[in-house]
Amino acid sequence: MKRLTIEQLLGVNKFVVDDEQAHIKVNKEICSRCQPKPCTFACPASLFSIKDEELSFDCAGCLECGTCRVVCPNAGIAIEWQYPRGGFGVHYRYG
Amino acid sequence: MAEEKFTAIVVGAGPAGSTAAYLLAKEGHDVVLVERGTTPGSKNMYGGRMYSHALNRIMPGFWEEAPVERPIARESITFLNGDQSVSISCGNMSWAANPFHSFTLLRAEFDAWLAAKAEEAGALLACGIRVDELLIDSGRVIGIRAGEDEMLADVVVAADGVNSILAQKAGLAKMFAPSQVATGVKQIIELPAETISQRFELEGNNGAARLFVGDCSNGMQGGGFLYTNKSSLSLGLVINVGELQRCQVKLCDIMEDFKSNPHIAPLIEGGEVAEYSAHLVPEAGLAMMPQLYGDGMIVAGDAAGFVLNLGYTVRGMDFAIASGEAAARTVMEAKARNDFSRQGLSRYKELLKQSFVLRDLEAYRKAPDFLENQRMFKAYPKLVTGLASKLFTVDGAPPVHLMKMVFDQIKQSDISLIQLARDGWKGARNL
Repeated sequence: MKRLTIEQLLGVNKFVVDDEQAHIKVNKEICSRCQPKPCTFACPASLFSIKDEELSFDCAGCLECGTCRVVCPNAGIAIEWQYPRGGFGVHYRYG
Repeated sequence: MAEEKFTAIVVGAGPAGSTAAYLLAKEGHDVVLVERGTTPGSKNMYGGRMYSHALNRIMPGFWEEAPVERPIARESITFLNGDQSVSISCGNMSWAANPFHSFTLLRAEFDAWLAAKAEEAGALLACGIRVDELLIDSGRVIGIRAGEDEMLADVVVAADGVNSILAQKAGLAKMFAPSQVATGVKQIIELPAETISQRFELEGNNGAARLFVGDCSNGMQGGGFLYTNKSSLSLGLVINVGELQRCQVKLCDIMEDFKSNPHIAPLIEGGEVAEYSAHLVPEAGLAMMPQLYGDGMIVAGDAAGFVLNLGYTVRGMDFAIASGEAAARTVMEAKARNDFSRQGLSRYKELLKQSFVLRDLEAYRKAPDFLENQRMFKAYPKLVTGLASKLFTVDGAPPVHLMKMVFDQIKQSDISLIQLARDGWKGARNL
């Protein structure tokens, strides 16, 4: 089977993206001081990346697992985490 | 304030929540089942198999009407190490006959069915609603708030999943440590039903469950799984989050590496990925169990950490269903006495102890520690595959008797004889 990129993988999923409210917010100041940035490896949807030496995060494509909330070395401070508003987010058709 | 007051507000239409709501509604209690997905199951994922016993007790013969995929007739564990692999496989045809031992099933469909059973029994199903806050009065949970709306109840059953936002808000659960949970990722890979039956040597609609240990987790604590659905495979990895904190490879790339592993690739060849999902798995058992009840609140299912992974069996749904059942019975007894205080709900823990839920978690309480052993994920797969490869190799080299072969292989491994003996002893006692 051909190797798939994360964009291709997320592309097969159904999402209802919430353009008004981000359900996960990162504190860029705290994150700028975090050396390991494990979220950039551990997020299954690979939504955390480093752009222009700054942590960049995009809610669209979130699989709502909660890994970032736990893997974060500044858990509870750097990432403000909640589920998307009712009706928004990933919609699993198989599960 | 809302005027109506329910006996119970159940948060989360997964197996725990829907079972609780079904049993309460069946006995005529006013119960509302609140789900954040637009349909029940649309937020839920798991590995791929449910052991039948718990649901069969509540709904005998459920498989006649429930959307199940394949009954499992073959189990196997495969050790992976580079070019080499060793599989231990066990077939039992009686598993795939009444009373079916376990089924693969897909949660979007199955959870929707179970929630519909609760609704049919008289529960009010409210979808597309995220619960934002608990309503607390004098230290006692009296209801929930979702956006502008408030709902009141004698008791709130938090069956809101592994992230257990409500149990944490109520002060019943602490935020877990990274090493106490694992991240599970899964791809649904579509293949024709006949191809699956042929490829996995299955008769008719029988199914297979396969677990993998070794290369697949990049040496980290974790493993792989493959379950056969009717016309798709559930293929995935589960890796401890404490390990992921130190990992320098993207999890989605580890998953793609797993798919291209020479022992896995032929199994999924020709398939099309239909979905990619992820979920946290509570792995620490009793060590991460929250307070299971408080004034006006009960915690059930994944939210209570009710998962048991022994390395050869992985269970979650049967625990969720039985804890939902215990929650419902507790609420019924509390209603009869009109006592929803912490004391009044303490019956929940007793019922869980009488059922297999706490009995099994207590019996295997040392299993999570045992499975943290790094040797399980690198050294042992290497030892086992190396030994088996030698055993089956004929190349004209001088003969080596079995005893010497085994000792040579252990000598070459990173494991000492004493470690081996200790691990064997511990494994036999704790698993």
